[in-house]
Amino acid sequence: MTTFEQVIEDLGRVEPRDAMPDDYRATLIRQIAQHAHSEIIGMQPEGAWITRAPSLRRKAILLAKVQDEAGHGLYLYAAAETLGVDRADLLDALHTGRQKYSSIFNYPSLTWADVGTIGWLVDGAAIVNQVPLCRCSYGPYARAMVRICKEESFHQRQGFESLHALSHGTPEQHAMAQDALDRWWWPALMMFGPPDSASPNSERSTAWGIKRFSNDTLRQRFVDMTVPQAAVLGLRIPDDDLAWNEERGSWDFGEVDFAELAEVVAGRGPCNAERIAHKVRADAEGAWVREAADAYAASGGAR
Amino acid sequence: MPSTRCEDGPDAGTAGAAASDRIYLLGLADDALIASHRLSEWVARAPDLEEDIALANIALDLLGQARMLLGYAGELTDPVLTEDDLAYLRPADEFRNAVLVERPNGDFAVTIVRLLLLAAYQYELYAGLRTAADARLAAIAAKSVKEVAYHRDHARLWTLRLGSGTAESRRRMETALAAEWPWFCALLGDDRADRSCRHWVAEVLGTATLELPEDRVATPSGRDGVHTPDLDAILAEMREVTAAHPGATW
Repeated sequence: MTTFEQVIEDLGRVEPRDAMPDDYRATLIRQIAQHAHSEIIGMQPEGAWITRAPSLRRKAILLAKVQDEAGHGLYLYAAAETLGVDRADLLDALHTGRQKYSSIFNYPSLTWADVGTIGWLVDGAAIVNQVPLCRCSYGPYARAMVRICKEESFHQRQGFESLHALSHGTPEQHAMAQDALDRWWWPALMMFGPPDSASPNSERSTAWGIKRFSNDTLRQRFVDMTVPQAAVLGLRIPDDDLAWNEERGSWDFGEVDFAELAEVVAGRGPCNAERIAHKVRADAEGAWVREAADAYAASGGAR
Repeated sequence: MPSTRCEDGPDAGTAGAAASDRIYLLGLADDALIASHRLSEWVARAPDLEEDIALANIALDLLGQARMLLGYAGELTDPVLTEDDLAYLRPADEFRNAVLVERPNGDFAVTIVRLLLLAAYQYELYAGLRTAADARLAAIAAKSVKEVAYHRDHARLWTLRLGSGTAESRRRMETALAAEWPWFCALLGDDRADRSCRHWVAEVLGTATLELPEDRVATPSGRDGVHTPDLDAILAEMREVTAAHPGATW
């Protein structure tokens, strides 16, 4: 029989019924739940623009995108459930602040340009973070990520295209696009987490084959991917230190404000309270519906 | 510029027919567009994740139907208009949607009752239009009827669950039915499709052990372009971005 250590060493897949260390299980539950929560909280900043989308085509694209995010949340909660937890308990942990979601969704979406910018930068950063997870050691998580990454790459292209229409539109539309980039650039870089020098769980996650690349490596990959795209958009990245480094074959960039990241993660970002309050309110308002569905199912009603 | 039917028409009679077809198309299109708007207000606040996905999916289907129908209606307009011209620039009193779909969401029971009634109505209309002489409308109807059959079934299942789930869900369904029924009656005439629609709804309500409300016709129906202030509010929100940037493309 193959041991857990052997599977990890062979870069194989750990499956739900396999023996695994308790810490491995707990780490995965925490990470997958946080990922699922990010998908569903992430519906809020963009979802607010569906009714105001400036063309029916953009409206359809945005509606489909936000629906995809709900679907991603569903796959991820299902992946977490294979580890022996219950979705309702994970949601309770979200509602009471015991589990977190991506810091990025604690920033407000102020204009229509934010929708395109979120697609371009936030989904772009998510792809950089998530593509390596398709090879993560835990089978159900890795398989969920394959499907999610395909959809995220659509979202990223749609965001870019939407922003391109603005940056090549009227001067007011261009200014709106630049303003959105100015506000979202640094929070997007924070999505890769604290610097390697201050990332406490990274080493163990790497040893377990959950994490394949360090935070700083992925952040650099994102910057290198995104700088040429900003040039195509004709928008300026708000970083005076941004410069091509011939020797490294990469872009040098300025210092990320990790103190701000720590504040947002600690619950003191611009929209933390609002996001959770919205989620808790929706949950409370739907309680009678879920109770009725449960009562109906228990009474043997044909579902 | 693609030619319009009016220009193609051999005589004034055809131009008149095109105008009435256009108004008929706008009724179908606007029902779908405005219902989609209301359903998309549920995004990120549905009772659970599965329902969030389902309501967004229905909203997306309805938006797709609205786009096909508005595109067609726009081509029948002289000069030709796009789907976005019709959605974003048309005055509220030229909207032909049923008032039923413009009313505010309320609770989930109201949304389910309204979806049940709308989907039952659309199902019969689209089913009949599959054999319309107008091939383009027939094709739109053939695609849409499949989508609406799913919406109708989704609403039916929730009506059963909520009708006999708990005392609270039943009370909310009764309240919602009493409030929405007159707006549904306002839409119905006495042709075969309308009778069939009524019959289907009555059967569902019977199975859900919910009483069929007494018929009462609310006014306006919405079909003649007279609406409630709720439609103005929807259009103001829909046009918030475009109104601030006249002439821009997106």
